[in-house]
Amino acid sequence: MGQGLEVINENIYYGAFHAVENVTMSIHKNAITALIGPSGCGKSTFLRTLNRMHEVTPKAYCTGEVLLDGVNLYGKDINLVDVRRQIGMVFQKANPFPTMSIRDNVLAGIRLNHKRLSKTEADDLVEWALQGANLWNEVRDKLSSPGIALSGGQQQRLCIARAVAMHPSVLLMDEPTSALDPISTLAIEDLITELKKEFTIVIVTHNMQQAARCSDYTGFFNVQGNGKPSHLVEFNQTEQLFSNPLQRETDDYISGHFG
Amino acid sequence: MQRNGLITSPIRSLRSRQYHDHAMTILIYSTACLALLPLIAILWSTISHGSTRFDWYFLTHNMKGVVGGLYPYGGVLNAILGTLLITITATLISVPIGLFTAIYMVEYAHGGVISTMISFLVDVMSGIPSIVAGLFAYALFSFFFGPGCINGFVGAVALSILMIPTVIRSCEQMLDIVPRDLREASYALGATKSRTIINIVLRSSLPGIVSGVLLAIARVIGETAPLLIASGSVSFTNLNLFNGRMSSLPVYVYNQYAEGMAVCSASARAAVHPCIPGIRMERAWAAALVLILIVLFLNLIGRFISHRFSVSHL
Ligand SMILES: Nc1ncnc2c1ncn2[C@@H]1O[C@H](COP(=O)(O)OP(=O)(O)OP(=O)(O)O)[C@@H](O)[C@H]1O
Ligand SMILES: [Mg+2]
Repeated sequence: MGQGLEVINENIYYGAFHAVENVTMSIHKNAITALIGPSGCGKSTFLRTLNRMHEVTPKAYCTGEVLLDGVNLYGKDINLVDVRRQIGMVFQKANPFPTMSIRDNVLAGIRLNHKRLSKTEADDLVEWALQGANLWNEVRDKLSSPGIALSGGQQQRLCIARAVAMHPSVLLMDEPTSALDPISTLAIEDLITELKKEFTIVIVTHNMQQAARCSDYTGFFNVQGNGKPSHLVEFNQTEQLFSNPLQRETDDYISGHFG
Repeated sequence: MQRNGLITSPIRSLRSRQYHDHAMTILIYSTACLALLPLIAILWSTISHGSTRFDWYFLTHNMKGVVGGLYPYGGVLNAILGTLLITITATLISVPIGLFTAIYMVEYAHGGVISTMISFLVDVMSGIPSIVAGLFAYALFSFFFGPGCINGFVGAVALSILMIPTVIRSCEQMLDIVPRDLREASYALGATKSRTIINIVLRSSLPGIVSGVLLAIARVIGETAPLLIASGSVSFTNLNLFNGRMSSLPVYVYNQYAEGMAVCSASARAAVHPCIPGIRMERAWAAALVLILIVLFLNLIGRFISHRFSVSHL
Protein backbone atom coordinates (compact mmCIF):
# COMPACT_ATOMS: atom_id res chain seq x y z
CA MET A 1 0.00 0.00 0.00
CA GLY A 2 1.15 3.49 -0.74
CA GLN A 3 1.48 6.20 1.82
CA GLY A 4 0.92 9.90 1.44
CA LEU A 5 3.58 12.59 1.73
CA GLU A 6 3.09 16.00 3.24
CA VAL A 7 5.61 18.70 2.41
CA ILE A 8 5.50 21.71 4.69
CA ASN A 9 7.38 24.97 4.15
CA GLU A 10 10.34 23.39 2.49
CA ASN A 11 13.32 25.52 1.44
CA ILE A 12 16.12 23.87 -0.51
CA TYR A 13 19.69 25.05 -0.78
CA TYR A 14 22.93 24.17 -2.57
CA GLY A 15 25.41 25.78 -0.21
CA ALA A 16 24.67 29.49 -0.38
CA PHE A 17 22.39 29.13 -3.40
CA HIS A 18 18.72 29.09 -2.49
CA ALA A 19 17.31 26.76 -5.14
CA VAL A 20 13.69 26.21 -4.16
CA GLU A 21 11.56 28.37 -1.91
CA ASN A 22 8.80 27.60 0.48
CA VAL A 23 7.07 24.57 -0.97
CA THR A 24 3.97 23.21 0.71
CA MET A 25 2.28 20.31 -1.01
CA SER A 26 0.22 17.19 -0.26
CA ILE A 27 1.11 14.12 -2.20
CA HIS A 28 -1.85 11.78 -2.12
CA LYS A 29 -1.42 8.11 -1.54
CA ASN A 30 -1.95 5.67 -4.40
CA ALA A 31 -2.08 8.50 -6.88
CA ILE A 32 0.31 9.77 -9.49
CA THR A 33 1.64 13.24 -8.89
CA ALA A 34 3.43 14.90 -11.80
CA LEU A 35 5.88 17.76 -11.40
CA ILE A 36 6.28 20.02 -14.41
CA GLY A 37 8.07 23.26 -15.16
CA PRO A 38 10.82 24.74 -17.31
CA SER A 39 14.35 23.38 -17.20
CA GLY A 40 16.31 24.42 -14.14
CA CYS A 41 13.26 25.24 -12.05
CA GLY A 42 14.19 22.74 -9.37
CA LYS A 43 11.94 19.76 -10.11
CA SER A 44 14.75 17.24 -9.66
CA THR A 45 16.06 19.12 -6.66
CA PHE A 46 12.66 19.03 -4.99
CA LEU A 47 12.10 15.38 -5.85
CA ARG A 48 15.41 14.41 -4.32
CA THR A 49 14.51 15.98 -1.00
CA LEU A 50 11.59 13.55 -0.73
CA ASN A 51 13.88 10.59 -0.03
CA ARG A 52 16.78 12.59 1.35
CA MET A 53 18.93 12.06 -1.73
CA HIS A 54 19.46 15.81 -1.93
CA GLU A 55 21.93 15.75 0.93
CA VAL A 56 24.19 13.34 -0.97
CA THR A 57 25.42 16.39 -2.88
CA PRO A 58 28.16 18.10 -0.85
CA LYS A 59 26.94 21.21 1.00
CA ALA A 60 23.34 20.69 -0.06
CA TYR A 61 20.62 20.89 2.59
CA CYS A 62 17.00 21.80 3.11
CA THR A 63 14.74 23.12 5.83
CA GLY A 64 11.10 22.44 6.54
CA GLU A 65 9.28 19.16 6.98
CA VAL A 66 8.44 16.18 4.85
CA LEU A 67 5.93 13.91 6.54
CA LEU A 68 5.44 10.31 5.50
CA ASP A 69 2.20 9.22 7.12
CA GLY A 70 2.73 11.88 9.72
CA VAL A 71 6.39 11.09 10.50
CA ASN A 72 8.92 13.78 9.65
CA LEU A 73 11.63 12.29 7.41
CA TYR A 74 14.00 14.98 8.61
CA GLY A 75 13.22 14.28 12.25
CA LYS A 76 15.93 13.62 14.79
CA ASP A 77 15.92 9.87 15.18
CA ILE A 78 15.06 8.97 11.60
CA ASN A 79 17.23 6.37 9.94
CA LEU A 80 18.28 7.46 6.48
CA VAL A 81 18.39 3.87 5.30
CA ASP A 82 14.75 3.35 6.28
CA VAL A 83 13.71 6.50 4.49
CA ARG A 84 15.30 5.41 1.24
CA ARG A 85 13.98 1.90 1.59
CA GLN A 86 10.44 3.18 1.97
CA ILE A 87 10.75 5.79 -0.73
CA GLY A 88 12.32 4.33 -3.84
CA MET A 89 13.78 6.24 -6.73
CA VAL A 90 14.12 5.77 -10.48
CA PHE A 91 16.52 8.00 -12.36
CA GLN A 92 16.41 9.74 -15.71
CA LYS A 93 19.15 7.60 -17.17
CA ALA A 94 18.69 3.88 -16.59
CA ASN A 95 21.49 2.85 -14.25
CA PRO A 96 21.50 -0.91 -13.64
CA PHE A 97 24.64 -2.11 -11.86
CA PRO A 98 26.96 -3.16 -14.70
CA THR A 99 28.70 -5.92 -12.77
CA MET A 100 25.46 -7.65 -11.83
CA SER A 101 23.12 -9.99 -13.65
CA ILE A 102 19.46 -9.12 -14.15
CA ARG A 103 18.56 -11.21 -11.13
CA ASP A 104 21.26 -9.66 -8.94
CA ASN A 105 20.18 -6.20 -9.99
CA VAL A 106 16.68 -6.86 -8.74
CA LEU A 107 18.09 -8.21 -5.47
CA ALA A 108 20.70 -5.47 -5.14
CA GLY A 109 18.70 -3.40 -2.66
CA ILE A 110 18.19 -6.37 -0.36
CA ARG A 111 21.81 -7.44 -0.54
CA LEU A 112 23.21 -3.94 -0.09
CA ASN A 113 21.23 -3.77 3.13
CA HIS A 114 22.67 -7.01 4.49
CA LYS A 115 19.43 -8.93 4.27
CA ARG A 116 19.61 -12.64 3.72
CA LEU A 117 17.03 -14.41 1.61
CA SER A 118 16.61 -18.11 0.97
CA LYS A 119 16.88 -19.21 -2.64
CA THR A 120 13.13 -19.59 -3.05
CA GLU A 121 12.38 -16.29 -1.35
CA ALA A 122 14.84 -14.62 -3.68
CA ASP A 123 13.34 -16.35 -6.72
CA ASP A 124 9.86 -15.28 -5.71
CA LEU A 125 10.94 -11.71 -5.10
CA VAL A 126 12.73 -11.52 -8.46
CA GLU A 127 9.71 -12.84 -10.30
CA TRP A 128 7.30 -10.61 -8.42
CA ALA A 129 9.36 -7.45 -8.97
CA LEU A 130 9.99 -8.19 -12.63
CA GLN A 131 6.29 -8.95 -13.14
CA GLY A 132 5.53 -5.68 -11.43
CA ALA A 133 7.86 -3.86 -13.77
CA ASN A 134 6.32 -5.66 -16.72
CA LEU A 135 9.66 -7.17 -17.70
CA TRP A 136 9.30 -10.77 -16.56
CA ASN A 137 8.20 -12.25 -19.87
CA GLU A 138 11.09 -10.68 -21.72
CA VAL A 139 13.86 -11.77 -19.37
CA ARG A 140 12.61 -14.91 -17.60
CA ASP A 141 14.99 -17.08 -19.64
CA LYS A 142 18.08 -14.95 -19.16
CA LEU A 143 18.04 -13.86 -15.56
CA SER A 144 21.74 -14.51 -15.21
CA SER A 145 22.83 -12.40 -18.15
CA PRO A 146 24.17 -8.93 -17.36
CA GLY A 147 21.65 -6.17 -16.70
CA ILE A 148 23.32 -3.76 -19.08
CA ALA A 149 22.87 -6.15 -21.99
CA LEU A 150 19.20 -5.11 -22.15
CA SER A 151 17.73 -2.38 -24.34
CA GLY A 152 17.36 1.13 -22.91
CA GLY A 153 13.66 0.68 -22.20
CA GLN A 154 14.20 -2.73 -20.64
CA GLN A 155 17.02 -1.33 -18.51
CA GLN A 156 14.71 1.39 -17.23
CA ARG A 157 12.08 -1.22 -16.34
CA LEU A 158 14.81 -3.24 -14.64
CA CYS A 159 15.60 -0.18 -12.54
CA ILE A 160 11.91 0.10 -11.70
CA ALA A 161 11.93 -3.57 -10.69
CA ARG A 162 14.98 -2.94 -8.54
CA ALA A 163 13.15 -0.13 -6.74
CA VAL A 164 9.91 -2.13 -6.52
CA ALA A 165 11.73 -5.12 -4.97
CA MET A 166 12.34 -3.06 -1.84
CA HIS A 167 8.56 -2.89 -1.25
CA PRO A 168 8.58 0.89 -0.98
CA SER A 169 5.43 2.82 -0.27
CA VAL A 170 6.43 5.73 -2.49
CA LEU A 171 8.21 5.67 -5.86
CA LEU A 172 9.97 8.80 -7.10
CA MET A 173 10.75 9.01 -10.80
CA ASP A 174 12.89 11.70 -12.38
CA GLU A 175 12.06 11.90 -16.08
CA PRO A 176 12.05 8.12 -16.38
CA THR A 177 11.15 8.14 -20.07
CA SER A 178 13.10 11.08 -21.41
CA ALA A 179 15.82 8.86 -22.86
CA LEU A 180 13.39 6.39 -24.40
CA ASP A 181 11.61 5.93 -27.71
CA PRO A 182 7.80 6.47 -27.91
CA ILE A 183 6.95 2.76 -27.66
CA SER A 184 9.05 2.19 -24.54
CA THR A 185 7.66 5.43 -23.15
CA LEU A 186 4.11 4.19 -23.54
CA ALA A 187 5.07 0.86 -21.98
CA ILE A 188 6.43 2.66 -18.95
CA GLU A 189 3.44 5.00 -18.72
CA ASP A 190 1.13 1.99 -18.70
CA LEU A 191 3.33 0.43 -16.06
CA ILE A 192 3.18 3.52 -13.88
CA THR A 193 -0.60 3.59 -14.08
CA GLU A 194 -0.54 -0.05 -13.03
CA LEU A 195 1.92 0.60 -10.20
CA LYS A 196 -0.19 3.25 -8.51
CA LYS A 197 -2.42 0.52 -7.12
CA GLU A 198 0.42 -0.40 -4.82
CA PHE A 199 2.57 2.67 -4.58
CA THR A 200 2.32 6.40 -4.35
CA ILE A 201 4.07 7.82 -7.38
CA VAL A 202 5.75 11.15 -7.93
CA ILE A 203 7.03 11.71 -11.43
CA VAL A 204 9.03 14.59 -12.87
CA THR A 205 8.41 15.11 -16.54
CA HIS A 206 9.28 17.55 -19.28
CA ASN A 207 6.48 16.24 -21.34
CA MET A 208 3.18 17.89 -20.56
CA GLN A 209 1.17 15.41 -22.57
CA GLN A 210 2.67 12.75 -20.37
CA ALA A 211 1.64 14.60 -17.25
CA ALA A 212 -1.84 15.13 -18.64
CA ARG A 213 -2.12 11.51 -19.80
CA CYS A 214 -1.16 9.64 -16.72
CA SER A 215 -1.13 11.78 -13.61
CA ASP A 216 -3.86 12.50 -11.09
CA TYR A 217 -2.28 15.60 -9.59
CA THR A 218 0.13 18.08 -11.11
CA GLY A 219 2.45 20.61 -9.56
CA PHE A 220 3.89 23.42 -11.63
CA PHE A 221 7.24 24.88 -10.60
CA ASN A 222 8.65 28.07 -12.01
CA VAL A 223 11.61 30.33 -11.47
CA GLN A 224 11.31 34.10 -11.52
CA GLY A 225 14.73 34.94 -12.82
CA ASN A 226 18.34 33.93 -12.86
CA GLY A 227 19.76 33.20 -9.42
CA LYS A 228 16.36 33.53 -7.77
CA PRO A 229 14.84 30.60 -5.95
CA SER A 230 12.06 28.82 -7.76
CA HIS A 231 8.73 28.03 -6.20
CA LEU A 232 5.64 25.92 -6.57
CA VAL A 233 3.29 28.08 -8.59
CA GLU A 234 0.26 25.86 -8.60
CA PHE A 235 -0.72 22.44 -7.39
CA ASN A 236 -4.03 20.88 -8.31
CA GLN A 237 -5.79 17.91 -9.79
CA THR A 238 -4.35 17.35 -13.23
CA GLU A 239 -7.63 18.00 -15.07
CA GLN A 240 -8.18 21.22 -13.19
CA LEU A 241 -4.66 22.45 -13.68
CA PHE A 242 -4.63 21.85 -17.39
CA SER A 243 -8.18 22.91 -18.23
CA ASN A 244 -8.62 25.69 -15.76
CA PRO A 245 -5.37 26.94 -14.23
CA LEU A 246 -5.77 29.41 -11.40
CA GLN A 247 -2.54 31.26 -12.05
CA ARG A 248 -1.65 33.36 -15.05
CA GLU A 249 1.90 31.87 -15.01
CA THR A 250 0.58 28.34 -15.27
CA ASP A 251 -1.71 29.29 -18.11
CA ASP A 252 1.16 30.88 -20.04
CA TYR A 253 3.38 27.87 -19.58
CA ILE A 254 0.73 25.34 -20.54
CA SER A 255 -0.64 27.23 -23.52
CA GLY A 256 2.87 28.04 -24.67
CA HIS A 257 3.50 24.36 -24.97
CA PHE A 258 0.17 23.23 -26.24
CA GLY A 259 -0.49 26.29 -28.37
CA MET B 1 37.52 34.09 -62.94
CA GLN B 2 35.27 33.74 -59.99
CA ARG B 3 33.56 30.73 -61.47
CA ASN B 4 36.75 29.13 -62.59
CA GLY B 5 38.15 29.50 -59.10
CA LEU B 6 35.11 27.90 -57.61
CA ILE B 7 35.42 24.84 -59.79
CA THR B 8 39.13 24.27 -59.69
CA SER B 9 39.96 25.07 -56.13
CA PRO B 10 38.03 22.23 -54.47
CA ILE B 11 39.68 19.72 -56.78
CA ARG B 12 43.13 21.01 -56.11
CA SER B 13 42.54 21.12 -52.41
CA LEU B 14 41.16 17.60 -52.53
CA ARG B 15 44.33 16.38 -54.22
CA SER B 16 46.57 18.18 -51.84
CA ARG B 17 44.55 16.89 -48.92
CA GLN B 18 44.90 13.33 -50.18
CA TYR B 19 48.61 13.90 -50.59
CA HIS B 20 48.84 15.21 -47.05
CA ASP B 21 46.83 12.30 -45.80
CA HIS B 22 49.22 9.81 -47.43
CA ALA B 23 52.27 11.64 -46.13
CA MET B 24 50.80 11.66 -42.63
CA THR B 25 50.00 7.95 -42.77
CA ILE B 26 53.52 7.06 -43.86
CA LEU B 27 55.02 9.31 -41.19
CA ILE B 28 52.87 7.77 -38.46
CA TYR B 29 53.61 4.21 -39.50
CA SER B 30 57.34 4.74 -39.73
CA THR B 31 57.43 6.52 -36.37
CA ALA B 32 55.53 3.66 -34.79
CA CYS B 33 58.02 1.17 -36.24
CA LEU B 34 60.89 3.30 -34.96
CA ALA B 35 59.39 3.23 -31.48
CA LEU B 36 59.06 -0.54 -31.62
CA LEU B 37 62.65 -1.03 -32.79
CA PRO B 38 64.36 -0.81 -29.38
CA LEU B 39 61.85 -3.23 -27.89
CA ILE B 40 62.42 -5.78 -30.61
CA ALA B 41 66.20 -5.34 -30.37
CA ILE B 42 66.13 -5.80 -26.59
CA LEU B 43 63.94 -8.87 -26.78
CA TRP B 44 66.09 -10.33 -29.51
CA SER B 45 69.41 -9.85 -27.79
CA THR B 46 68.08 -11.06 -24.44
CA ILE B 47 66.66 -14.19 -25.97
CA SER B 48 69.68 -14.96 -28.11
CA HIS B 49 72.22 -14.34 -25.33
CA GLY B 50 70.08 -15.66 -22.53
CA SER B 51 69.10 -18.96 -24.10
CA THR B 52 72.66 -20.35 -23.80
CA ARG B 53 72.35 -20.87 -20.08
CA PHE B 54 68.55 -20.80 -19.75
CA ASP B 55 67.55 -24.35 -18.86
CA TRP B 56 65.90 -26.37 -16.12
CA TYR B 57 69.17 -26.79 -14.23
CA PHE B 58 69.71 -23.02 -14.20
CA LEU B 59 66.18 -22.35 -12.95
CA THR B 60 66.36 -24.90 -10.14
CA HIS B 61 69.80 -24.32 -8.61
CA ASN B 62 71.30 -21.55 -6.56
CA MET B 63 74.87 -20.24 -6.47
CA LYS B 64 76.03 -22.09 -3.38
CA GLY B 65 79.54 -23.51 -3.80
CA VAL B 66 79.94 -22.20 -7.31
CA VAL B 67 83.54 -21.27 -8.05
CA GLY B 68 84.59 -19.23 -11.06
CA GLY B 69 83.73 -20.88 -14.36
CA LEU B 70 84.00 -24.40 -12.92
CA TYR B 71 81.32 -27.04 -12.73
CA PRO B 72 78.73 -26.95 -11.03
CA TYR B 73 77.68 -23.96 -13.08
CA GLY B 74 75.09 -22.62 -10.61
CA GLY B 75 71.70 -21.14 -11.19
CA VAL B 76 69.24 -18.40 -10.48
CA LEU B 77 66.78 -20.03 -8.09
CA ASN B 78 67.87 -17.91 -5.11
CA ALA B 79 67.31 -14.74 -7.13
CA ILE B 80 63.96 -15.83 -8.56
CA LEU B 81 62.55 -16.70 -5.15
CA GLY B 82 64.04 -13.55 -3.64
CA THR B 83 62.49 -11.35 -6.31
CA LEU B 84 59.11 -13.03 -5.88
CA LEU B 85 59.17 -12.68 -2.08
CA ILE B 86 60.37 -9.08 -2.11
CA THR B 87 57.94 -7.99 -4.81
CA ILE B 88 54.95 -9.73 -3.26
CA THR B 89 55.78 -8.12 0.09
CA ALA B 90 56.15 -4.73 -1.57
CA THR B 91 52.76 -5.25 -3.21
CA LEU B 92 51.15 -6.25 0.07
CA ILE B 93 52.47 -3.05 1.61
CA SER B 94 51.62 -0.67 -1.23
CA VAL B 95 48.22 -1.88 -2.37
CA PRO B 96 46.33 -1.25 0.89
CA ILE B 97 48.05 2.10 1.42
CA GLY B 98 47.58 3.13 -2.20
CA LEU B 99 44.01 1.91 -2.48
CA PHE B 100 42.84 3.50 0.77
CA THR B 101 44.51 6.77 -0.13
CA ALA B 102 42.81 6.70 -3.52
CA ILE B 103 39.45 5.93 -1.92
CA TYR B 104 39.94 8.81 0.47
CA MET B 105 40.85 11.17 -2.36
CA VAL B 106 37.98 10.19 -4.65
CA GLU B 107 35.18 9.39 -2.25
CA TYR B 108 35.77 11.44 0.86
CA ALA B 109 37.96 14.49 0.22
CA HIS B 110 36.06 16.76 -2.08
CA GLY B 111 39.04 18.81 -3.18
CA GLY B 112 39.93 20.10 0.29
CA VAL B 113 43.29 21.30 1.52
CA ILE B 114 44.35 17.84 2.66
CA SER B 115 43.62 16.21 -0.68
CA THR B 116 45.50 18.93 -2.55
CA MET B 117 48.44 18.33 -0.24
CA ILE B 118 48.32 14.56 -0.67
CA SER B 119 48.09 14.99 -4.41
CA PHE B 120 51.17 17.22 -4.38
CA LEU B 121 53.09 14.79 -2.18
CA VAL B 122 52.21 11.89 -4.46
CA ASP B 123 53.59 13.83 -7.40
CA VAL B 124 56.80 14.53 -5.50
CA MET B 125 57.01 10.93 -4.35
CA SER B 126 56.71 9.54 -7.86
CA GLY B 127 59.79 11.58 -8.76
CA ILE B 128 62.01 10.10 -6.04
CA PRO B 129 65.09 8.45 -7.60
CA SER B 130 64.99 4.75 -6.85
CA ILE B 131 68.43 4.71 -5.24
CA VAL B 132 67.28 7.36 -2.78
CA ALA B 133 64.36 5.14 -1.82
CA GLY B 134 66.84 2.32 -1.21
CA LEU B 135 69.11 4.48 0.91
CA PHE B 136 66.14 5.77 2.86
CA ALA B 137 64.80 2.28 3.64
CA TYR B 138 68.28 1.16 4.65
CA ALA B 139 68.79 4.18 6.91
CA LEU B 140 65.35 3.78 8.44
CA PHE B 141 65.91 0.15 9.41
CA SER B 142 69.47 0.76 10.53
CA PHE B 143 68.16 3.45 12.84
CA PHE B 144 65.80 1.03 14.56
CA PHE B 145 67.64 -2.28 14.32
CA GLY B 146 71.26 -1.23 14.34
CA PRO B 147 73.66 -0.60 11.45
CA GLY B 148 73.91 -3.09 8.63
CA CYS B 149 70.31 -4.19 8.73
CA ILE B 150 70.04 -5.59 5.23
CA ASN B 151 67.34 -8.06 4.35
CA GLY B 152 64.48 -8.81 1.99
CA PHE B 153 61.98 -6.79 3.96
CA VAL B 154 64.06 -3.61 3.81
CA GLY B 155 64.18 -4.07 0.04
CA ALA B 156 60.41 -4.56 -0.06
CA VAL B 157 59.92 -1.31 1.85
CA ALA B 158 62.20 0.48 -0.61
CA LEU B 159 60.21 -0.91 -3.54
CA SER B 160 56.89 0.02 -1.97
CA ILE B 161 58.06 3.62 -1.66
CA LEU B 162 58.42 3.52 -5.43
CA MET B 163 55.16 1.65 -5.96
CA ILE B 164 52.78 3.60 -3.77
CA PRO B 165 52.47 6.72 -5.95
CA THR B 166 51.80 4.61 -9.05
CA VAL B 167 49.18 2.57 -7.24
CA ILE B 168 47.49 5.69 -5.86
CA ARG B 169 47.32 7.32 -9.26
CA SER B 170 46.00 4.29 -11.10
CA CYS B 171 43.43 3.47 -8.40
CA GLU B 172 42.29 7.08 -8.38
CA GLN B 173 41.75 6.95 -12.12
CA MET B 174 39.83 3.72 -11.89
CA LEU B 175 37.58 4.96 -9.08
CA ASP B 176 37.02 8.23 -10.89
CA ILE B 177 35.57 6.60 -13.97
CA VAL B 178 32.87 4.77 -12.04
CA PRO B 179 29.79 6.79 -13.02
CA ARG B 180 28.07 8.94 -10.37
CA ASP B 181 24.80 7.30 -11.39
CA LEU B 182 25.82 3.99 -9.88
CA ARG B 183 26.68 5.54 -6.54
CA GLU B 184 23.35 7.37 -6.53
CA ALA B 185 21.46 4.21 -7.47
CA SER B 186 23.07 2.48 -4.52
CA TYR B 187 22.31 5.31 -2.08
CA ALA B 188 18.74 5.42 -3.34
CA LEU B 189 18.38 1.75 -2.38
CA GLY B 190 19.33 2.69 1.15
CA ALA B 191 22.92 1.49 1.04
CA THR B 192 25.41 3.22 3.30
CA LYS B 193 28.45 4.98 1.91
CA SER B 194 30.88 2.24 2.92
CA ARG B 195 28.65 -0.46 1.45
CA THR B 196 28.34 1.54 -1.74
CA ILE B 197 32.10 1.93 -2.00
CA ILE B 198 32.79 -1.74 -1.38
CA ASN B 199 29.97 -3.38 -3.31
CA ILE B 200 29.44 -0.97 -6.16
CA VAL B 201 32.44 1.29 -6.67
CA LEU B 202 35.27 -1.13 -5.90
CA ARG B 203 33.47 -4.01 -7.55
CA SER B 204 33.01 -2.05 -10.78
CA SER B 205 36.59 -0.84 -10.84
CA LEU B 206 38.22 -4.07 -9.68
CA PRO B 207 39.54 -5.17 -13.09
CA GLY B 208 41.12 -1.78 -13.65
CA ILE B 209 42.65 -1.75 -10.19
CA VAL B 210 44.10 -5.25 -10.56
CA SER B 211 45.64 -4.51 -13.92
CA GLY B 212 46.97 -1.18 -12.63
CA VAL B 213 48.62 -2.96 -9.71
CA LEU B 214 50.14 -5.59 -12.00
CA LEU B 215 51.61 -2.88 -14.20
CA ALA B 216 52.99 -1.14 -11.11
CA ILE B 217 54.63 -4.42 -10.05
CA ALA B 218 56.08 -4.84 -13.51
CA ARG B 219 57.65 -1.40 -13.16
CA VAL B 220 59.41 -2.02 -9.86
CA ILE B 221 60.34 -5.67 -10.29
CA GLY B 222 63.40 -4.69 -12.32
CA GLU B 223 64.64 -2.05 -9.87
CA THR B 224 68.29 -2.73 -9.09
CA ALA B 225 69.73 0.16 -7.16
CA PRO B 226 67.43 0.08 -4.11
CA LEU B 227 67.79 -3.69 -3.71
CA LEU B 228 71.55 -3.53 -4.09
CA ILE B 229 71.57 -1.33 -1.01
CA ALA B 230 68.67 -2.68 0.99
CA SER B 231 68.64 -6.43 0.29
CA GLY B 232 72.10 -7.23 -1.02
CA SER B 233 72.76 -10.67 -2.40
CA VAL B 234 73.69 -14.10 -1.15
CA SER B 235 74.68 -17.32 -2.87
CA PHE B 236 72.24 -19.66 -1.16
CA THR B 237 68.46 -19.57 -1.22
CA ASN B 238 67.27 -17.41 1.66
CA LEU B 239 63.51 -17.56 2.17
CA ASN B 240 63.44 -15.49 5.35
CA LEU B 241 62.57 -11.90 4.58
CA PHE B 242 63.64 -10.71 8.00
CA ASN B 243 66.96 -12.44 8.39
CA GLY B 244 70.00 -11.82 6.27
CA ARG B 245 70.61 -10.76 2.73
CA MET B 246 68.34 -11.88 -0.05
CA SER B 247 69.16 -12.09 -3.73
CA SER B 248 66.95 -10.73 -6.46
CA LEU B 249 67.06 -11.00 -10.23
CA PRO B 250 68.27 -7.51 -11.07
CA VAL B 251 70.98 -7.58 -8.40
CA TYR B 252 71.97 -11.05 -9.61
CA VAL B 253 72.33 -9.73 -13.15
CA TYR B 254 74.41 -6.82 -11.93
CA ASN B 255 76.70 -8.96 -9.77
CA GLN B 256 77.34 -11.49 -12.51
CA TYR B 257 78.11 -8.71 -14.93
CA ALA B 258 80.36 -6.92 -12.44
CA GLU B 259 82.49 -9.99 -11.67
CA GLY B 260 83.52 -10.27 -15.30
CA MET B 261 85.41 -13.13 -16.97
CA ALA B 262 86.40 -16.25 -15.05
CA VAL B 263 89.96 -17.58 -15.11
CA CYS B 264 90.20 -21.11 -16.56
CA SER B 265 93.35 -23.21 -16.80
CA ALA B 266 93.94 -25.25 -19.96
CA SER B 267 93.31 -28.54 -18.13
CA ALA B 268 90.07 -27.26 -16.64
CA ARG B 269 88.90 -26.26 -20.10
CA ALA B 270 89.46 -29.77 -21.33
CA ALA B 271 87.55 -31.47 -18.46
CA VAL B 272 84.30 -33.42 -18.98
CA HIS B 273 82.42 -30.44 -17.53
CA PRO B 274 84.66 -27.74 -18.91
CA CYS B 275 85.47 -24.50 -17.17
CA ILE B 276 83.65 -21.69 -19.06
CA PRO B 277 85.39 -18.29 -18.97
CA GLY B 278 82.33 -16.29 -20.08
CA ILE B 279 79.89 -18.06 -17.81
CA ARG B 280 79.08 -15.01 -15.70
CA MET B 281 77.88 -13.06 -18.72
CA GLU B 282 75.84 -16.08 -19.76
CA ARG B 283 74.24 -16.21 -16.32
CA ALA B 284 73.57 -12.47 -16.41
CA TRP B 285 71.76 -12.75 -19.73
CA ALA B 286 69.82 -15.84 -18.70
CA ALA B 287 68.70 -14.10 -15.49
CA ALA B 288 67.76 -11.06 -17.54
CA LEU B 289 65.68 -13.33 -19.73
CA VAL B 290 63.88 -14.68 -16.66
CA LEU B 291 63.20 -11.13 -15.53
CA ILE B 292 61.86 -10.06 -18.91
CA LEU B 293 59.65 -13.13 -19.08
CA ILE B 294 58.16 -12.31 -15.66
CA VAL B 295 57.52 -8.70 -16.71
CA LEU B 296 55.92 -9.76 -19.99
CA PHE B 297 53.79 -12.28 -18.15
CA LEU B 298 52.59 -9.64 -15.65
CA ASN B 299 51.81 -7.27 -18.49
CA LEU B 300 49.86 -9.89 -20.36
CA ILE B 301 47.86 -10.87 -17.29
CA GLY B 302 47.17 -7.20 -16.52
CA ARG B 303 45.91 -6.59 -20.02
CA PHE B 304 43.91 -9.77 -20.09
CA ILE B 305 42.16 -8.93 -16.83
CA SER B 306 41.35 -5.38 -17.81
CA HIS B 307 40.11 -6.56 -21.18
CA ARG B 308 38.19 -9.62 -20.15
CA PHE B 309 36.58 -8.41 -16.96
CA SER B 310 36.13 -4.72 -17.60
CA VAL B 311 32.54 -3.69 -17.34
CA SER B 312 32.17 -2.32 -20.84
CA HIS B 313 33.03 -5.69 -22.32
CA LEU B 314 30.35 -7.62 -20.51
N1 LIG C 1 24.73 19.97 -7.62
C1 LIG C 1 24.29 21.24 -7.72
N2 LIG C 1 24.99 22.24 -7.18
C2 LIG C 1 24.56 23.52 -7.27
N3 LIG C 1 23.45 23.89 -7.91
C3 LIG C 1 22.69 22.94 -8.48
C4 LIG C 1 23.08 21.56 -8.43
N4 LIG C 1 22.17 20.83 -9.09
C5 LIG C 1 21.25 21.72 -9.54
N5 LIG C 1 21.56 22.99 -9.18
C6 LIG C 1 20.78 24.21 -9.47
O1 LIG C 1 19.51 24.08 -8.91
C7 LIG C 1 18.52 24.58 -9.80
C8 LIG C 1 17.48 23.50 -10.04
O2 LIG C 1 18.06 22.43 -10.75
P1 LIG C 1 17.28 21.09 -11.07
O3 LIG C 1 18.25 20.12 -11.60
O4 LIG C 1 16.51 20.70 -9.88
O5 LIG C 1 16.30 21.58 -12.22
P2 LIG C 1 15.23 20.72 -13.02
O6 LIG C 1 13.93 21.39 -12.87
O7 LIG C 1 15.30 19.29 -12.65
O8 LIG C 1 15.73 20.93 -14.50
P3 LIG C 1 15.66 19.90 -15.72
O9 LIG C 1 14.26 19.92 -16.17
O10 LIG C 1 16.56 20.51 -16.73
O11 LIG C 1 16.12 18.57 -15.23
C9 LIG C 1 19.24 25.02 -11.04
O12 LIG C 1 19.39 26.42 -10.99
C10 LIG C 1 20.57 24.36 -10.96
O13 LIG C 1 21.56 25.17 -11.53
MG1 LIG D 1 15.93 17.45 -13.65
